[in-house]
Amino acid sequence: MGHKMIKKLIKAAAILMLLAGPQGGMAQDRPVLEIDVGGPVIDPIPVAVPRFIAENGGADRLAIDIAAVVMADLVSTGLFREIPGSAHISGTSNFNAAPQFADWRVVNAQALVTGAVSTSSDGRLVVKFRLFDVFAQQTIGDGVQYTGSAEGWRRMAHKVADTIYSRITGETGYFDSRIVFISETGPKNNRLKRLAMMDYDGANLRYLTDDSAIVLAPRFSPNTRDVIYTSYASGLPQVYLMNLETGRQSPLIDDALNMATAPRFSPDGTKVVLSIIEGTNTDIYLIDLNTRSRTRLTTNGGIDTTPSFSPDGTQIVFSSDRAGRPQLYIMPATGGDPVRISNGNGSYNTPVWSPRGDMIAFTKIKSGRFHIGVMRVDGTRENLLTASFIDEAPTWSPNGRVLMFFRETAGANGAPQIYSVDLTGRNLRRIDTPGFASDPNWSGVLR
Amino acid sequence: MTFIKAGLVAVSLLSLAACENGGIFGGGSGGGTGAGGSGQTPGAIEESSLEYFATQIGDRVLFAVNEATLSDSSKAILDGQVAWLNQYPARAITVEGHADEQGTREYNLALSARRAAAVQNYMVSQGLLSSRISVIPYGKERPLEICSTEVCWSKNRRAVTVVAGGLGSV
Repeated sequence: MGHKMIKKLIKAAAILMLLAGPQGGMAQDRPVLEIDVGGPVIDPIPVAVPRFIAENGGADRLAIDIAAVVMADLVSTGLFREIPGSAHISGTSNFNAAPQFADWRVVNAQALVTGAVSTSSDGRLVVKFRLFDVFAQQTIGDGVQYTGSAEGWRRMAHKVADTIYSRITGETGYFDSRIVFISETGPKNNRLKRLAMMDYDGANLRYLTDDSAIVLAPRFSPNTRDVIYTSYASGLPQVYLMNLETGRQSPLIDDALNMATAPRFSPDGTKVVLSIIEGTNTDIYLIDLNTRSRTRLTTNGGIDTTPSFSPDGTQIVFSSDRAGRPQLYIMPATGGDPVRISNGNGSYNTPVWSPRGDMIAFTKIKSGRFHIGVMRVDGTRENLLTASFIDEAPTWSPNGRVLMFFRETAGANGAPQIYSVDLTGRNLRRIDTPGFASDPNWSGVLR
Repeated sequence: MTFIKAGLVAVSLLSLAACENGGIFGGGSGGGTGAGGSGQTPGAIEESSLEYFATQIGDRVLFAVNEATLSDSSKAILDGQVAWLNQYPARAITVEGHADEQGTREYNLALSARRAAAVQNYMVSQGLLSSRISVIPYGKERPLEICSTEVCWSKNRRAVTVVAGGLGSV
């Protein structure tokens, strides 16, 4: 029953955080948000993750590193607080022995994670863990064991953390996931851009292109095997498809003169929706990936761009300036009359449908400030989560609880960095990247 | 506009003279050897040069926030560009559209395309062959000025006409 108590605590925290947020239609009349980076409304759950037991000599380092990644994952959610190793009274020496609950209760740990790591000479790694409710003195769920290659140790740590997160919050985890983004270097008037990929926490950064051409807004395919993005490799902005295993890139549309941007996959991965620029006009098209045939979805004279599918694939949300400043519209995925959903002052851009299907995240520009915001699919309950000089291009975590976006500072030395923020507007965090970083796109949970 | 055209005629006479004297090595007026050539003022820019196009006619037009409408003064500059291009029919141009940083990347890319296309459409309406014009939208990717105030933004909301083989803005 103990884990239910922890669950209740988390749920209470989540509800309170929601209540603390601005409500409904009042959002556009509120002053600019001040984000409290300091701390959540409710005390996070204190959790202890003592170093995992190394079951053989070769596993010493990984036993420490894996426990550290598990803790970093949990703490990054804002729902957990670390009981640091220096405070621990007892460690764990035997994975199968019951913990000294009294020792953990004294240091006020409510959740305890114990684990063991073993390696084999052929590079295999085995990680197992148990999760305990300290006050109830019992396990939360069964022990779990993961087996994989030693190079994949971070992914195994993320899987452990995903399971812990899921057992305590009742929601699916999101730590075993990746970000594809634009890595940037150089001065503001001659920025060099590269397509890059990293783990959700910034680890394992890998460059996918060189910096010879401007690249923009990469998006993962639903199975995370491909990336679609805009590149000026030909001199014009055009859409390319890259296979992540082979690294092969190819233009999506065989038309040397087409200019296309803002591509995104359909949820089943068989189509891409994007914008094609023709003269003064920009309209939304659907490209069938098998036949490469294109279907025009909008015919309005305005700029229709940044389309995003609903998770069930039946609808598309996009931004259009057909009525003046950009606003958000939803249309059937086959085209047809769009319905405007945004109604506040300012402009609404880069809408992204949440994986749960009930919300749209967007970039709002009002009175010279940029905001990342969310609203219901019917346009109600608008809530601005951030505010700064430029906050742009939200992307949802796989479970729809967190958003990443990029924040660009003002002035001659202004530059972008990737941040994450809770759906509640709390827990703003910068993702550590070696250079400037922008245009993040969050994968689904890896398989 | 009449003033600009009068200026064009006067300078084109000068440059013709420079061409005759300069032969295949000529044409450059800023050689620094001090020989201005007969009939050419020292330091004058040859009219057929890309420098002349950029500095004397004006290679760019500016736009209001979120707008792609050409002002009368912008049209006058484009008239001058068209007149120059009519004089040098072998020249092709690329119109590069740009936006300031007060918009999202993808919207601004489309906005800058709209600006470049507005220039293209105007030039075609003034008789320039559309086949001589190509367009590249850069959105907010290539600001000219890097401060984050209207002083810089007003210069970044631009469409720049780049003559083939010429001095690009990017």
